Parts: sequence; structure tokens; C-alpha cells
Amino acid sequence: MKYLANVATLQYAPDKCTGCGRCVEVCPQGVFVLRQKLAAVTDKDLCMECGACAMNCEFGAISVNSGVGCAAALINSMVTGRPPSCGCDSTAAGCCG
Amino acid sequence: MPTMQTLKFVKREVPPFAAGALHTQAGPVYRATSNWSGADYWGMIKSRVSAFRMSYAVPAGLYAVGDPDKDSDVFVSANYKLSFDVLRRSLKGMNAWVLALDTKSINVWCAAGKGTFGTDELVAKIAEAKLDTVVSHRRLILPQLGAVGVNASGVRKKTGFSVSFGPVHARDIPAYVRAGYKKTKEISTIRFSLLDRMVLTPMEINPAMKKFPWIAAGILLIFGLQPSGILFKEAWFNSLPFLVMALLAVFAGAFVTPVLLPFVPFRSFAIKGWIVGMLPVFLSTHVFNTIDRHDTILLIVAYLLFPALSSYLALQFTGATTFTGMSGVKKELKIGLPIYIGTAGISLVLMIVFKLKEWGVV
Repeated sequence: MKYLANVATLQYAPDKCTGCGRCVEVCPQGVFVLRQKLAAVTDKDLCMECGACAMNCEFGAISVNSGVGCAAALINSMVTGRPPSCGCDSTAAGCCG
Repeated sequence: MPTMQTLKFVKREVPPFAAGALHTQAGPVYRATSNWSGADYWGMIKSRVSAFRMSYAVPAGLYAVGDPDKDSDVFVSANYKLSFDVLRRSLKGMNAWVLALDTKSINVWCAAGKGTFGTDELVAKIAEAKLDTVVSHRRLILPQLGAVGVNASGVRKKTGFSVSFGPVHARDIPAYVRAGYKKTKEISTIRFSLLDRMVLTPMEINPAMKKFPWIAAGILLIFGLQPSGILFKEAWFNSLPFLVMALLAVFAGAFVTPVLLPFVPFRSFAIKGWIVGMLPVFLSTHVFNTIDRHDTILLIVAYLLFPALSSYLALQFTGATTFTGMSGVKKELKIGLPIYIGTAGISLVLMIVFKLKEWGVV
């Protein structure tokens, strides 16, 4: 299953990659693979912007605008003007599966 | 060698899943059984359908599974009891340590997103548990989805422990260990099966149904309102088709769309929900003839309102999926919200016109 095309904010700079393979290890969508000892992006549209790769790339080769992908949280943040936060803290929303 | 002891020396309240305790250099550590009790199953069910999960926690800290020693693996988890229970069950037959982080009873993935399953918390818990005295190696195995919140190199720099991210699901840990701590693509990719989606729907339906009495009250009020006051008998009779359609729209958006997700065309959740929401309106107006089809205004309102309601609810499911990202949801909202608000506004105006005609004003 894939979500909307061409919206993911994932950015990868191959010139900073050392081929450590950490991004391949952490990505739950199989976005990264190792090719000729360097990381390569298979399909950017598979990215769900969880941010695990950017969090764990020691060499700053990956950046992604990660955050709560929950409609209720985003609407809440538009109404209240606060940063979007998952509804797990309140009993009202249940966006965290 | 750690040995079995009576529980007297342990000051904390004994967790119900404890099967004895081990003596370690860092003090006593409870042994968690890999078997689930009836209460564990009941807790899982309650967590899946209600806000019960918000307080379903185990005390954070170190636990043992089997008879671990200084060379045994350390698995890190959340203190959400369902996450912890699935892990201890998955480790059945193994000797291992489990370090539960204080994630405020939230699962690994969500907690990692919030930062509570994070580098700082892991570093703190390693120190609190005196893990460096309990094991002689310096290796930790984290759930893969914890990588959203934990920076592996940061943990190594601060504690000396090197982090491996294991499989996505705890149930794949035995296979991961047998393969020499190697992951296949299969166990490192998150799936979103029919069953996975089905399990998530109660938490979509429940919040929607909490708001349903308001929708129903609104429908009853509009249909029952007369110049002389509210006529309840009339209200009930005339509202019934709309009440049924509203209920079906909730069902379409919060249950049918999530379950049939890959089979409904288009990638946008709003469009998926809208398509599925059209079905009950079409069935009730054109097959079961529940509303007078010559009443154009009611027909238009039904086709405007209920698919939009289903669409809105389907869009909420983006928060529970495993493959939707923030940028996409933002894009859907940017286009969808004005449409939803516009739809509601037009429907309201049309209903006012309908009432005025009914009263013979226009």
C-alpha cells in the first residue's frame, strides 16, 4: 500500500553516505537498500516520514520532515495553534494504534 | 549465577506476571513468565477497544525471562503492558533480559514518535538498572520501530552499549536470533494486513459513535421542528431514513473503508471514504426507496452530507495506518477541510429551504 505520490519530504545526500547500512536497518518501509556499498532510495513514495533514518544517520546524509500523521492531531493544531500532538494524552482521541 | 529466591526481599509490589525473581549484582530482578493469564487476554481486548490502554502499564525497569546470565541478550521495550506482554510471550523458551522504558503506558512506535521511547530515557534506564553490572557484554536489542526515537550512536557514546534494531514485531525475535541477529526484508518491513486493520477499527468506531447522539439529535430537531414547536412523532418518522444513513456513513468511514483499504480505488483516504460512503446513500435512496426521490432537496442533502461524513472519518484512519506520512495528511486536509465545511454549510442552507417549503413559507 502506498500513500499520496510526491509528497514525502525525505531527502538523501549520497555524497555523505558511508554505507553503514543503519538506514536499511531502521526503515520499516524498505525505502533504503545498499547498492555498491552505498545507500540508495528505492521508492520515495513508500516513505511515511517516521524519521527513524534521519534520527540514526550518523553522517547527516538523510533529512525528513517527520511528525504526527494523524488527521485529528493536525486539525487540533490548526484550531488551537499548538504543535500537533498525538491524542494519546487525552481520552478523547485514539490515533495511536 | 542468579538463583531462584522467594519474593520477600523485593520491595515493589509483585507484578501478576512475575514467576519468582533473580538475584543479580544490581539487586533482585523479577522473572516475567512467558505465559499469558486470562487477565492478560482480557487486558489486551480492553486496550483494543477503549481508553483503558491509557493506563495499562507495567512498572518500568529490568525483568528476566527464563534464566538469563551475564551473557544473555537484553531486549528493550515500552512499559505499555500490551507491548511488554507480547515481548515476554515472544521470548518463550529463551533466557534474556527485558528492559522496560517508562513510556507512560504508550506503545513503542507512538512513544518513539513522542520521544518518550527515546535516547535520554534509554540512557537513564540503563543507569537505573545498573545494566553494566548485570551483563558483561555491551549489546542492546531494540524494537525496530523504536528507531524513530532512539539515536543508536548517541546511546553508544553515553553508555557504551551498542544498539541493534531488531525486527518490527516481537514475534519475529526467535527467527532473528536464530539467523545470527540478521533481519530478512520480511521481518524488517511493517505489514498492514486485513487483520491488523480490523483490530484497529474499534478505536475508530468508538470515538465516532460518541459523537453520534449529537448528529442524531440534530437530524431529529431539523425534521421535527414545526412553527408550533417540535413534533416528536413526526420527527421520528421523517428522520428515520437520515438517521439510518448517518449510522451507515459512520460504519462506512470508520469500519468498511479501513478494512477494505487496499481494494478501494485512489490513494487519498478522503476519496476512499467518500466512495464507500456513497454506497449506503445510493442503496437507501435508490434501492430501498427510504426517502421520496422526488424530494430533490433531501436527495441532494443526503448525497452531499453522508459521503462527506464517511470521507472525514476515513481520513481519521491515517493516524492508525503504517504507511501514511504527515505531508500527505496535511495535503488531504488542505483540500478536504474546506470541502467538508462547504458541504455542511450548503446542506444547512438546503435544509432551511426544505423546512420553509414544508411550512409553506416559500
